[in-house]
Amino acid sequence: MAVAGIDAGSATTKAAIVKNGELSAYAIVPTGANGRNASAKALEEALALAKLTRIDLTKIVSTGYGRRNVEFAENAVTEITTHAKGAKTLFPSAMTIIDIGGQDSKVISLDEDGRINNFVMNDKCAAGTGRFLEVMARTLEVALQDLGKLSISAEKPAKISSMCTVFAESEVVSLIAQGEKREAIIAGLHEAISKRIAGMVKQVGLRREVVFTGGVAKNVGMKASLERVFGLKINIPAEPQIIGAFGAALIAEEGTIIS
Amino acid sequence: MAEKYVNLWKSLDIDLEKHNQLLAVLPQIYTDLVLSQKNRPKKMDYFDFVISEIHGLRVEELVKLRGEGNKIIGAFCLYAPEELAYAANATMVGLCGGADFSIPDADAVLPRNLCPLIKSFYGFKIGLTCPYFQCCDMLVGETTCDGKKKVYELLNEHVPTYIIEVPHKPDTVQGRSLWLKELEEFKTQLEKLTGNKITAEKLKASIELINDKRKALKRLAELRKATPAPISGLDALIVTQIGFYDDVKRFTAKVNELCDELEERVKNGVGVTDKNAPRLMVSGCPMAVPNWKLPSIAESAGASIVVEESCVGTRYFTDMVEPKGDSLNDMLEALVEKYAKIPCACFTPNDARIESIDKLAKDFKVEGVVYYTLQFCHSYNVEAVKVGKALKSEGVPMLKIETDYTMEDAEQIRTRLEAFLEMIRGKK
Ligand code: SF4
Ligand code: SF4
Repeated sequence: MAVAGIDAGSATTKAAIVKNGELSAYAIVPTGANGRNASAKALEEALALAKLTRIDLTKIVSTGYGRRNVEFAENAVTEITTHAKGAKTLFPSAMTIIDIGGQDSKVISLDEDGRINNFVMNDKCAAGTGRFLEVMARTLEVALQDLGKLSISAEKPAKISSMCTVFAESEVVSLIAQGEKREAIIAGLHEAISKRIAGMVKQVGLRREVVFTGGVAKNVGMKASLERVFGLKINIPAEPQIIGAFGAALIAEEGTIIS
Repeated sequence: MAEKYVNLWKSLDIDLEKHNQLLAVLPQIYTDLVLSQKNRPKKMDYFDFVISEIHGLRVEELVKLRGEGNKIIGAFCLYAPEELAYAANATMVGLCGGADFSIPDADAVLPRNLCPLIKSFYGFKIGLTCPYFQCCDMLVGETTCDGKKKVYELLNEHVPTYIIEVPHKPDTVQGRSLWLKELEEFKTQLEKLTGNKITAEKLKASIELINDKRKALKRLAELRKATPAPISGLDALIVTQIGFYDDVKRFTAKVNELCDELEERVKNGVGVTDKNAPRLMVSGCPMAVPNWKLPSIAESAGASIVVEESCVGTRYFTDMVEPKGDSLNDMLEALVEKYAKIPCACFTPNDARIESIDKLAKDFKVEGVVYYTLQFCHSYNVEAVKVGKALKSEGVPMLKIETDYTMEDAEQIRTRLEAFLEMIRGKK
């Protein structure tokens, strides 16, 4: 028996197939202009990898920003609940989950039983999200996936005071003009994001273990920076980008068992 | 309704073309958000009718009253003492703005970072799109928040606007004595405007009139303690909103008729949602017509809103005016007593509000509180800190939503609310 979770995000759409509580395959595709197509495509790709077809799926649950547009899903659950579920399953001692996605960031606090206690979300603007880093990478003429590596080698992070994508971009431009090192600028950007996340974490209270998910968690510089700001080690799943989809699939499986 | 009332609107200097745009969108919004709800009580039909006639029938009545020599007074806040107005044979109408529609007109004059409620009513006045505004012989403002206070000065350029100074420490001796003096002065102003003397007898009668209205609304609120709630939060909000401009006697009777029906529902265990729908309280800034955004998002996401800790809610009808005797002074004292008890965030400290929220949460078996604050409303926005702490110690989760009248953030709000409901369900 297999189930699927679809995370229809603003930048990427993820599909995860779960069999008996274990992740069996996943796919990540760009959401593009047509979110509905992306959901179908992600699911097909994941199914092909799992060597299954749609008939093998007993239930599909959608999540993420476009969750209500995934027509073939039986249920839609918010990304808060699915991230909590996915992260807690991979890291049973997780208490705080930080998720930084393409266009939003969120912090979720769990209780001892893994139930959601509180959450905060920033989804009003691109400040401190994947989109923000994408714009900065372009300004710095660096590939997005190289940001992490480069920042690690910085001696001292440059000071970035604005988190607004537009203002931060002009700050970066003037830092480049002043001859500041690229590495230091990137480290500075990471630090600015970390401080903003720290502010959100404070609202719900920091408790270990901390799990970091979302596409931005693939950035090793971001991880290092968050660890520095919090003064503790942070756990990152092997594929942090699919935790929402994985959680949705787990919820689908539970639902199947219940009914 | 357009054809029928064109002459009425012309007589009130309404900008017909702009006004038509407003009337063109309202019915659709009402159909989508309100009429589409399931299991609505039958007796909501009166209130649906009032909204469908929002700029028609009631305005016609007001114009007729005026023609008979009565004065119409526009108000923006619970602290505008209705009882005194009615005792002078005047009629009071609430003019708070709840529509995004009029904000572009206001934006041409006012700073951007101002609460939408203020911008909305100001925009209605200068854009000439609200017939209620156009009916008013006098406006009564009050010194509550700074934004309103300053905008009243601007309104005064268009309509005579009288300002009541509201004490911000109402619990103190000096606060009460200021309140009393302000009420006396307002009484004098009303007498001057209307030419009618406010006698002890008349004030007694108008206190009863308004108490009856408050009692009817309180009865409606009490019925929502049942699980499942017999009426949606959105419908209850609409009823309360209408209470600020409808004919008082007729409104009171209609609310009581609605309550009769709801009583039957409660007896038979009939509700608007299933028994397990999370019971929410909405607490914070007032929601003026046609601001239905938050309740409609919350309830379409599966919540059951059972109480509004708001000026368009419990703050209006929790306490009655209860004079200790029949003299004019007894009654004015009773008004001071009642008005000082309205826990507006403009007061300091405002512990009464925290206590009231705690009590409502218990009495209404609330499982979560949505703290509603309008953008740039500092008083309610900051007070969320204290409310949040108090609720936390009671173990009631709170979700704070800061928003305006646009629908731009509707999906983000929906996600937060759905997550909040999932969280509450997960704890059950
Ligand atoms: S919130 Fe305060 S200022 Fe606003 S209507 Fe209520 S009492 Fe008046
Ligand atoms: S909502 Fe807040 S800012 Fe707006 S008028 Fe009321 S008290 Fe003033």
